Amino acid sequence: MTQVLTTADGVPLKTSLHRTLRRRKITALLLVAPLFVFILITFLFPIADMLVRSFDNSLVPNVLHRTVPLLAKWDEKSGQLPGEKVFAALAQDFKEGQKNFTINRLGKRLNYEKSGMSSLFRKTARKVKRLKEVPSYKQALLKIDKKWGRHDVWFLLKLQSGSVTPTYFYAAVDAHIDDTGKLTMKPEKQQIYLNLFVRTLMLSLLITVITIILGYPVAYLLATLPTKKSNLLIILVLLPFWTSLLVRTSAWIALLQREGVINDLLVWMNIISTDNRLQMIHNQIGTVVAMSHVLLPFMVLPLFSVMKTIPPSYMRAAQSMGATPYLAFARIYFPNTIPGIGAGSILVFILAIGYYITPALVGGTQGTFISNFIAYHISNSLNWGLGAALGAILLAIVLVLYVIYDKMVGINNMKLG
Amino acid sequence: MNKPLQQTLLATLVAAGLATSGVASAAKTDLVVVSWGGAYTASQQKAYSNPFMKANPDINIVNDDSSAQGLAKLRAQSEAGNVTWDVVDLIASDTITLCDEGLLEEINFDKDIAPAPDGTPATKDFGSMIVSPCFVPLIVYSTTFGYRTDLLKKAPTSIKDVFDLKNFPGKRALQKVPTYNLEWALIADGVDPAKVYDVLDTPEGVDRAFKKLDTIKDQTVWWTQGAQPPQLLADGEVVMASAFNGRLFNAIAKEKQPIAMMWDWEALDLDGFVLPKGAPHRAAALKYIRFASDTQRLADQAKYISYGPARASSAPLVGKHAELGIDMKPHMPTNPINAKHSFITNYSWWADHKDELSARFEAWLAK
Amino acid sequence: MAALPPYASPLDKIWHYTFLLICGLVFFFLIFPIIVIIPLSFNASPYFNFTAKMLALDPDGYSLRWYQDFFTNSNWHSAVRNSFVIAFFSTLISTFLGTLAALGLSREEFPFRTTITGILISPMIVPLIISAAGMFFFYSRIGLQGTFPGVILAHAALATPFVVITVTATLVGFDNSLLRAAASLGASPTRSFFQITVPIITPGVISGALFAFITSYDEVVVIMFVGSVEQRTIPWQMFSGIREQISPTILAVATMLIIFSIMLLSLIELLRRRNERLRGITPS
Repeated sequence: MTQVLTTADGVPLKTSLHRTLRRRKITALLLVAPLFVFILITFLFPIADMLVRSFDNSLVPNVLHRTVPLLAKWDEKSGQLPGEKVFAALAQDFKEGQKNFTINRLGKRLNYEKSGMSSLFRKTARKVKRLKEVPSYKQALLKIDKKWGRHDVWFLLKLQSGSVTPTYFYAAVDAHIDDTGKLTMKPEKQQIYLNLFVRTLMLSLLITVITIILGYPVAYLLATLPTKKSNLLIILVLLPFWTSLLVRTSAWIALLQREGVINDLLVWMNIISTDNRLQMIHNQIGTVVAMSHVLLPFMVLPLFSVMKTIPPSYMRAAQSMGATPYLAFARIYFPNTIPGIGAGSILVFILAIGYYITPALVGGTQGTFISNFIAYHISNSLNWGLGAALGAILLAIVLVLYVIYDKMVGINNMKLG
Repeated sequence: MNKPLQQTLLATLVAAGLATSGVASAAKTDLVVVSWGGAYTASQQKAYSNPFMKANPDINIVNDDSSAQGLAKLRAQSEAGNVTWDVVDLIASDTITLCDEGLLEEINFDKDIAPAPDGTPATKDFGSMIVSPCFVPLIVYSTTFGYRTDLLKKAPTSIKDVFDLKNFPGKRALQKVPTYNLEWALIADGVDPAKVYDVLDTPEGVDRAFKKLDTIKDQTVWWTQGAQPPQLLADGEVVMASAFNGRLFNAIAKEKQPIAMMWDWEALDLDGFVLPKGAPHRAAALKYIRFASDTQRLADQAKYISYGPARASSAPLVGKHAELGIDMKPHMPTNPINAKHSFITNYSWWADHKDELSARFEAWLAK
Repeated sequence: MAALPPYASPLDKIWHYTFLLICGLVFFFLIFPIIVIIPLSFNASPYFNFTAKMLALDPDGYSLRWYQDFFTNSNWHSAVRNSFVIAFFSTLISTFLGTLAALGLSREEFPFRTTITGILISPMIVPLIISAAGMFFFYSRIGLQGTFPGVILAHAALATPFVVITVTATLVGFDNSLLRAAASLGASPTRSFFQITVPIITPGVISGALFAFITSYDEVVVIMFVGSVEQRTIPWQMFSGIREQISPTILAVATMLIIFSIMLLSLIELLRRRNERLRGITPS
């Protein structure tokens, strides 16, 4: 039997070590807990709460609580309208909904799916109050509005009777369920979000490429200069980084607008006439130029930190073995910087696709991003479900990129300035 | 939301010494009046709020310029059961849906609103301006056109001229919404103004309106904020622009810009006060609304801004501009000469079609 | 790269100078837009461009009227006050919570480090409009929408990742044997914390706090949703200024903000160097 090692007070060493380790683990967790709870309450919970709106449809079964169970039994494929019982239940639901003001909210909700529901509900709600003990609710409702005799109206009610709905997500990708129940794309004239996602992604990609092209030589210069000089030059990269986004955006407005500095300069140099001033703002050019400027430091800094770690001896070794400087660069140096390009690109791309302020101010109608439409639905159209669905898709894209970034760089190694 | 969470959060913050949000003094009621800001809020302060506070020293009016986000914030507040606004200034079309959804209190016009000085009850004095039981109309404003007198060879006189690039070359500015623009496009395309909504009700009619807009799309700058079109005109970025008439008046009369008005088929709308359900100081809010909407106050407001009073009895009292000394009557959108061709949007038609047409309008813009 | 070797061929020379020219142009692109604002802010006319008088260096072309406008306009006054109040308190909260968390995260025995770090850093990654929309609904619900506490909490949440990252960075390579040595020499954990850990993390905490401050100070999307007009800050005022009425007052404000960022940048740079010295990383 081997003797168990014990501490001075007789506890086996192994247990004691375990205990200490556990205590240390708990201390570590306790240190992180306040922030974790804080982020959970002030940040994560609000976002989750908003995302619920992208599929929440409880308004329909709540307001039409008599009609919905009866509608489940209605066979929409028969081509017939629902029976008298369903009409009677609907009339009751309308009376109740009119009293507690929910019916018009429902009308507005269903109007997102089919134009005209809003007024149908308002009109019906106003008149249904007066219906008492009528022989046939079906006839009465049809008399109020003949739209109640339309199969597609009833089909929509049945389709939307669940407490969750995928239709906000369909709308977010320009699809809808047509009157025959098939999932199809909306008519081309009404398609908007798919193009917008594509545009947001393409412009972000373009901005990322521009920042690589501009950032790579600068990072290379900074990494190869003596520290004293590079420390001075890096301030030129950090200054824009530390300057307010609004300042930089207004600077670009001053530069790019029709009566702006660049146009003035071109007119002065007789390159263009004053009547043909270039339109460089309130379009995609404005967005791309201003955002490339804003995001360039996020490319230069990661590139710089990767290049810093490449020993100059690599290049010397390659050259001593007969490689020309260009070959040495292409075969030795450049491959070593790819992780930096990757890290910088994902960072710039993630930041770019979520941009709101700069596109809103210099983007016009062609240079706006998906974020601008989310804002529009939250504060103007009040179609919060659609806003949330667009947000959910954007968030999913960003999270995927975030995971890739983590795999590549490791969020633990993220550095700033 | 569960109260404990809210209390914990608040308690923590207060404990951290963050009671910065200006605790209302017990003696005075802080009445939060939400409006549009800028010259408009200023005119309301001068015409309504200052005399009101003089007459009611126990009430202090706090202005919040959030009307532009009014719909979203009011809806969110109401959904959360946490209304912090007392009186909100909104345009009529927006209030109709809010009223239907039960977010606003209904106003008993003959009881809550002052009669005209001659005793005419409010319902009669406001007449057809009462478009919703929740909405107390204050002013009539119009979205109409301004043009540069020096940059156009001929003065435009009809809505057709807005769409006529040959005789009136140059950029135009239009509001970035489908409302009004579709109506104007159809009228300019020769549709009988009385039948505009019948035409718009058909898919072909909507196509026709967009097709007409297509003809000037390349030459159009789209504005979103009321201050933009006068600025665009003043900078010479555009030669004509749709704009709120009061903003154009300011640019013309106050800033002496070379701009003139073109009133043909001006789009009239109403702006007024609503009382949110659950407003924290309901009684004081009603008192304020009654005071602000009386005959004299509405006539006074026209001294500061060129919007027409919504009460019939105020019209004869409209006098001269307080600073400029100009007679304000010819600048009112309700002046019969200006309003010879005018229309009020069909609120219920737009309630049905705004979502769909806004999406289509945005899709059209993005192309 | 720094200097051309004497044996460089003409082609090498051309390439070298082309490269330097490209870098020069990129630096110009980075800095010029910021610098150009400064003279424009002294424009005597209400436009965003150089007038003929300005180019002729005529003193009449220049004026301080936009600065005067800034200093006499009560909207800007309250914006400056709000910006500082909100940034100050949110910095306080985020620095405190972020530093604690960084201390915990950098202990070797911390479980699920990657996942938890990922969650704690998420406010920096999630697009601002999504954070703004979520907070708008939720804060309305608990009555914090349109209040100072609400805005401060929102900004604190957005700023904590920066504190976590900077403080964690100072602890990377932190030699835990120092603490063990202290303990074996009889120092209490409290004492070794204050005498060993605190001096090491201080530069990180300060630069994290500066990052947090600038995050809140520069933030405009979330505050437009979570705040109301009483919380209007400088960037918000600038945003609505640009959208509504462009006046060079915005450029005057921008100029002052640029000077402010230069000051902050210098401070950060000093701290970084001090930190590197302290940790024995000498710049090579």
